[in-house]
Amino acid sequence: MTTHMNTIKHHLTDALLMGYSAGNLPEGFNLVVATHISLCDECRARMHEFDAVGGAIVGDVVPADMSDDSLAATLRMIELPDQAVTKSRPMTQRGTFPAPLQEYVGGDLGAVNWRKVGGGVRQAILSTDKSASVRLLHIPAGAAVPDHGHRGIELTLVLQGAFHDETDRFAKGDIEVATEDLNHQPIAEMGEDCICLAATDAPLRFNSLIPRLLQPFLRI
Amino acid sequence: MPPVTKPDRLAWVDQIIAIRDHQDRAAFGEVFTHFAPRVKAFLMKSGAAPDMAEEVAQDVMATLWRKAHLFDPTKASVSTWVFTIARNRRIDVLRKQRRPEPEDLTWGPEPEPDQADVLALQQESAKLGQALAALPEKQRHLIERAYFGELTHSEIAEETGLPLGTIKSRIRMAIDRLRHQMK
Repeated sequence: MTTHMNTIKHHLTDALLMGYSAGNLPEGFNLVVATHISLCDECRARMHEFDAVGGAIVGDVVPADMSDDSLAATLRMIELPDQAVTKSRPMTQRGTFPAPLQEYVGGDLGAVNWRKVGGGVRQAILSTDKSASVRLLHIPAGAAVPDHGHRGIELTLVLQGAFHDETDRFAKGDIEVATEDLNHQPIAEMGEDCICLAATDAPLRFNSLIPRLLQPFLRI
Repeated sequence: MPPVTKPDRLAWVDQIIAIRDHQDRAAFGEVFTHFAPRVKAFLMKSGAAPDMAEEVAQDVMATLWRKAHLFDPTKASVSTWVFTIARNRRIDVLRKQRRPEPEDLTWGPEPEPDQADVLALQQESAKLGQALAALPEKQRHLIERAYFGELTHSEIAEETGLPLGTIKSRIRMAIDRLRHQMK
């Protein structure tokens, strides 16, 4: 995977990296974090730092007694033929999507099962546990996603193209971490369709009675 | 000859290499005796019942044996590596959740790691442990709670008492070190 350390401007927050390292994030957030880290060496380095904190904690915990035959039992376990625990990750072709995302999609961009949501925007919901919802968004160049807020947190990672909203511009590899304070309307830049991976830990809240996803979007 | 004491800064690295290169059971026994009770304690603190924690701790140690060839002493101390295996098993077994992992960095065949990089990382890890131990009880407890799985992402984000700067300044994972394969 080509890395983009010199061009990525918007990175993961410490709270997300710590939550990922500690293993406390919803599965959908873990997917966005792992996909961003696949594209961003800086955040990969920070992830290793947070893992090191976990290592220091395990190294320093008050030990709990193991049963008397535990070492013998473990040695018997390692005699057994290799089991699923060491299965290596399937090889993925390099493409638009980094490996962790390809594993959820079942392939690269071409394998996505898109559904139209109006205004030329398409989405594909990815299957994760219920603690967060995660989807791919395909926004035609120049089109807008309806103005919306969130009760929880929304993570949006750009995989192709770029968008901008009230806060800034987000290009390939950039991640926007939007809290409930932000009502925003992402608009894809002209030139290239924008593909994003987005996750929320609470339902989106659209700023009109009829969800504007059902309405045709204005081209700008 | 006086007994040879292993310098802290290279704690356990030689044993993992002996496991990797020679399937050394004596080295594995040493690693097991040190880490298995800590992994069990970590899992119990994370909410596992003692029997379950014992079983998963054995499984974590068996994984360490099988994955010894993947250990990279320029990227992690043995404690850190054991933590990541234990954490992943906790997510898998206790939370029944899938954990997406970042794509591996692959830049062609991997040469022997640079010994200066190994030493630097292992020394920094030891310093990080000391810095954590030296924190005021309240701050230290918060960090532990996060890693035992007691704090959600929002709680971490809202918690202003987490001394992240203090602890993180002790280890600086240089991007060059991550990419040592490129040299």
